[in-house]
Amino acid sequence: MTFARAVAGEWIKVWTVRSTLWSMLATVVVTVGLSSLLALAYTLSYDRLGIRARLAFDPVAYGLAGLNFGVITLGVLGVLVVSTEYSSGLMRTSLSAVPRRSKLLAAKAVVLAVIALVVGLISSFLAFFASQAIFGMRRLGAGIGDPEVLRAVTGGGLYLMLIALISLGAGAIVRHTAGAITSVLGVLFVAPIFGVFLPEDWGRTVQKFLPPAAGSAILTTRETPITLPPWQGFGVFAGYTALVLLIAFALFRRRDV
Amino acid sequence: MISAAGLTKVYGGKTALDHADFAVRPGVVTGFLGPNGAGKSTAMRLILGLDRATSGSVTVNGRAYRDLPAPLREVGALLEAKAWHGGRSAYDHLRFLARTNGIPKSRVGEVLDIVGLSDVSGKRAKGYSLGMGQRLGIAAALLGDPGTLMFDEPVNGLDPEGILWIRRLMQSLAAEGRTVFVSSHLMSEMAVTAGHLIVIGRGRILADTSMNDFIAANATSHVRVRSPERQALGRVIAGQDWRAAATDDGSILVYGVTPADVGDLLHQAGLRVHELASVQPSLEEAFMRLTADSIEFHGGG
Repeated sequence: MTFARAVAGEWIKVWTVRSTLWSMLATVVVTVGLSSLLALAYTLSYDRLGIRARLAFDPVAYGLAGLNFGVITLGVLGVLVVSTEYSSGLMRTSLSAVPRRSKLLAAKAVVLAVIALVVGLISSFLAFFASQAIFGMRRLGAGIGDPEVLRAVTGGGLYLMLIALISLGAGAIVRHTAGAITSVLGVLFVAPIFGVFLPEDWGRTVQKFLPPAAGSAILTTRETPITLPPWQGFGVFAGYTALVLLIAFALFRRRDV
Repeated sequence: MISAAGLTKVYGGKTALDHADFAVRPGVVTGFLGPNGAGKSTAMRLILGLDRATSGSVTVNGRAYRDLPAPLREVGALLEAKAWHGGRSAYDHLRFLARTNGIPKSRVGEVLDIVGLSDVSGKRAKGYSLGMGQRLGIAAALLGDPGTLMFDEPVNGLDPEGILWIRRLMQSLAAEGRTVFVSSHLMSEMAVTAGHLIVIGRGRILADTSMNDFIAANATSHVRVRSPERQALGRVIAGQDWRAAATDDGSILVYGVTPADVGDLLHQAGLRVHELASVQPSLEEAFMRLTADSIEFHGGG
């Protein structure tokens, strides 16, 4: 009962600042736009590719590659949902209204998850259809009814939802907008570079388990040596998200505001 | 009704609040008086559960704040610093608060009218002046029509008209039988607003008493005397068994005597007198006497 009120309050809160709508629009534009551009680049250079590259081609994963950039926009939204409450002083008011700490943070997570999932699904489906239309010019495209495809495209939405949630956790842990965004982007974009420099087999295994590779495994429809199987990878990334949220809740409950 | 028992808060080895026991009762404005850094805001944050007490406890209407099912309906608080997001309008800020505590949406318009923000309630709050922001905070405090209200340094940033307005508001809220707890470091403001006083210094509760009793107990009336023959004046006064203090402007304050005592003495000594005045005790004097050794930082404002 009172949790429903807390969620309703957060729902009003999230829609009454401009950053929410801008982040959502930016997510759709960036993911669909970049997926289309990458598809176009691939299609135009198809003739120059070797046979092995052509055989390894996964039109679905390639067509959804732009989703990885949604990490930035939805990550920022996830961070802002918490961090701006600290920077503005609103957190004191919010906690006066909903003094149970876990209830407040959980309400934020629920609202953010719904918004990120809807935006993620819209982005993923639009990116899929746009990119496959472009691949279709060379008859390279996949159909939504092909095996594994619906899972990959739906998974794209789920992946972006987890990105938003892990960012919310980072925002609650770091409590500063810039610091939290830096740590999210650092882990998701810079950590993979680390894996590249580790020696051969070992490095390859580590890389599979690093957050971005594990999370985006859900976007693939073909087995590749550089990613985990789709649901396994997704499970690993969900584990990271759960861990970050667990730490965030523990700190949020204990800290003074 | 707010009750604190042994309430203690230590921030990284520094004790901000030291075993504070106090009760804030309904029907009267209770002033929470102390110098900056004495622990007033800390106590208020502990009441709201924003900070966790190191030891001791504090309750509102017999329950810890976090256990109140709809806290805004029982306690309204205006906190010291800005506590809203500049990107949201006053209306939206109050609307989400109302929603979290099951307060009807119609109440939002009512409190906006009470604080006089109706005309700008649709505008984003970042454009508000200091005084408008303060009014938004007060609107949020009044939103749930609570029986207990806390105001932390409410007159900060308000113009004289606003100060008068909030003073009357607090007094009328108390007259309606509500518990009103207001902190300030401004004694002049406290003297005209509060009927009861809780005085704090260096985290310790120094007094918890009615305004009149506090002044009577901690300050005595005194006589101010000035003579062009300063050194002779000092000698003559010092010759008596009186408690006296010289001031910067050359006058001497004599405690526990009447103007007649001083006038007669100086007449016998043949000194010319340029000023002889009886000074009534003030809250300021009582406060200074009480907290003389508990003010952490001298000067600087």
